[in-house]
Amino acid sequence: MSALLEIRDLATHFASATGTVKAVDGVSFDVNAGEIVGLVGESGSGKTITGFSILGLIDAPGRIVAGSIKLEGRELVGLSQGELRKLRGKRIAMVFQDPSTALNPVLSIGEQMRMALAAHESVSRAAADERARDLLARVGIPEPAKRLDAYPHQLSGGMRQRVAIAIALLNRPSLIVCDEPTTALDVSIQAQILAEMRDLARDFGTALIWISHDLATVSALASRLIVMYAGRIVEDGPIGAILRSPRHPYTRGLLDSLPSMAAPGQELRQIPGSMPSLANLPPGCAFAPRCTHADAACNAAPPERRDGERGWRCHHPLIAVPA
Amino acid sequence: MLGFVIQRFLQAIAVMLVISVLVFVGVYGIGNPIDVVISPDATQQIREAAIRAYGFDQPLWIQYRDFLLRLLSGDFGRSFIFNMPVLELIFSRLPATLELTLAAVVGATLLGVPLGMYAGYKPDSAFARIVMTVSVLGFSVPTFWIGLVLIFAFAVQLGWLPAGGRGPTAMLFGVEWSFLTREGLTHLLLPALNLSLFKFAMMVRLARAGTREAILSDVVRFARAAGESETTILRRHVLRLIAIPIVTVFGLEFGSTLAFAVVTETIFSWPGVGKLIIDSISLLDRPVMVAYLMLVAFLFIMINFLVDIAYAALDPRLRAGAKR
Ligand SMILES: Nc1ncnc2c1ncn2[C@@H]1O[C@H](COP(=O)(O)OP(=O)(O)OP(=O)(O)O)[C@@H](O)[C@H]1O
Ligand SMILES: [Mg+2]
Repeated sequence: MSALLEIRDLATHFASATGTVKAVDGVSFDVNAGEIVGLVGESGSGKTITGFSILGLIDAPGRIVAGSIKLEGRELVGLSQGELRKLRGKRIAMVFQDPSTALNPVLSIGEQMRMALAAHESVSRAAADERARDLLARVGIPEPAKRLDAYPHQLSGGMRQRVAIAIALLNRPSLIVCDEPTTALDVSIQAQILAEMRDLARDFGTALIWISHDLATVSALASRLIVMYAGRIVEDGPIGAILRSPRHPYTRGLLDSLPSMAAPGQELRQIPGSMPSLANLPPGCAFAPRCTHADAACNAAPPERRDGERGWRCHHPLIAVPA
Repeated sequence: MLGFVIQRFLQAIAVMLVISVLVFVGVYGIGNPIDVVISPDATQQIREAAIRAYGFDQPLWIQYRDFLLRLLSGDFGRSFIFNMPVLELIFSRLPATLELTLAAVVGATLLGVPLGMYAGYKPDSAFARIVMTVSVLGFSVPTFWIGLVLIFAFAVQLGWLPAGGRGPTAMLFGVEWSFLTREGLTHLLLPALNLSLFKFAMMVRLARAGTREAILSDVVRFARAAGESETTILRRHVLRLIAIPIVTVFGLEFGSTLAFAVVTETIFSWPGVGKLIIDSISLLDRPVMVAYLMLVAFLFIMINFLVDIAYAALDPRLRAGAKR
């Protein structure tokens, strides 16, 4: 059986005055139906742009310059905006990082939910409100009937994000791209929403791509992990295996910088340096300038290696791989 | 809401009082109207009698006090020149200006906002460039010049439209209006067009800037991610997001045009209040000036009040008691 989502060699570039910004450059991965995949990497590594590419939401000066995105076997790259529009919200949805900017401040929750429904089917107002109420209840909003008349500013950040999640779930899509949906919320709300999302995804049979720069959040949720660095995937595989024995030094660095991995009182380790500009990446491994294992070999682009479910792109993987 | 209205009402009274002092002192500083009121060859006796009759011999504050007292009984005085009650005089001219202003401001908004939104949505299209060029013209070419060009082109050369005047009027709510008759409408068209060009340019700019910003916002991205169509997004999201500045400018333009449509009214010999106030200034017709300026202040207070109510209707965050 083929995967729900198949991305092959996706490249999304932005034309800019200082050169072409290769925000996503040769990314390939699959997402199976109902699966939760974590997508991590530091700021600017191309996670959001990967998500936007899947939904066909790349605006000029950006463009998908190469690759293929197949959803349920259907090629999305090259579809007209009209065709993409019919899929967005219906088969693939997205939840954004900041719930206080994604909802329209001057429209009531009910109106925004009705609009999202009306984009795909004509339903009576009563039926639409019924569905909206049901979903608000499902995402854990108390007194959903009252909330339909509320405006975003009358809700807390967590409630707003729940509304956004409800809107994403409204048409029961098979995939939701969640772009750091809990980053803007405080920790206890984060944990609640994480748990609820896991249950909702299971109940609805919806697959999730969970974008985050926080490995701890992702590990609570996802079964598989994809690590991005400078627009490329540097490592992917089952989350448990990666956490136990990362193969890419960058993944190791991310793990070491987690508070939960450090002994009490010990200082957190940071990856030295910062990500290179995506407009002029070094020819070889983009992580090499920051990598303690780097040597001359790293001036050539590392090939992708696969071992069962795991994959990595490094000349000097941390764990010796059985030949 | 009631508290808001009462608060605004008290504020309005205070503002009107201050304005009345300013206007009174300002207008009385302009010059001595007695020479306009009586003929130049009147005897000294007649002259002094007239001065006393009008109260010009009293100190300024007594004149002001008498003016206020008369005001309280709804008496704005009589025009020196027309020798009729000032209010009656102004209200006989106001409908002409009102319909001209409404036609200009409403027309400019109904046309300028959609075109501006389009220009903001597709800034690189040829049509957007044409719209922006017209708006630059509207901003930079003086109104009187455009008025003359319009008359020359449409009235003199083509002969399609009349060059001036109100044309025949029809009665509605006890007031005469030009727009109710076919020919009156043709009279209204050119001056309204002339007056609306600057406002059109402003609305285009405003809508364009707002749309450009809104279209990049998360709200629009999220709506797109939900599969909403571009027309829905523009009509229901963007329009609502950019409505506040548009309503603000609409109110300001409406008020200032109503008060000072002088240039256009003069060029098109439109018998409105603009012409009346200019005449009253040159003839030192004090009561008309004072009443008119106070009326203008009152108009602005009313417009601001209505604009504030519109804000609350448009943006739930501004509604009193909306905070939980
Ligand atoms: N409109 C644009 N024009 C030019 N470059 C862009 C544009 N949008 C994004 N980029 C570039 O694409 C790169 C990837 O951005 P992206 O938003 O995907 O990062 P991210 O991994 O989501 O980071 P974060 O964790 O901060 O959200 C960034 O380096 C950014 O500079
Ligand atoms: Mg991002």
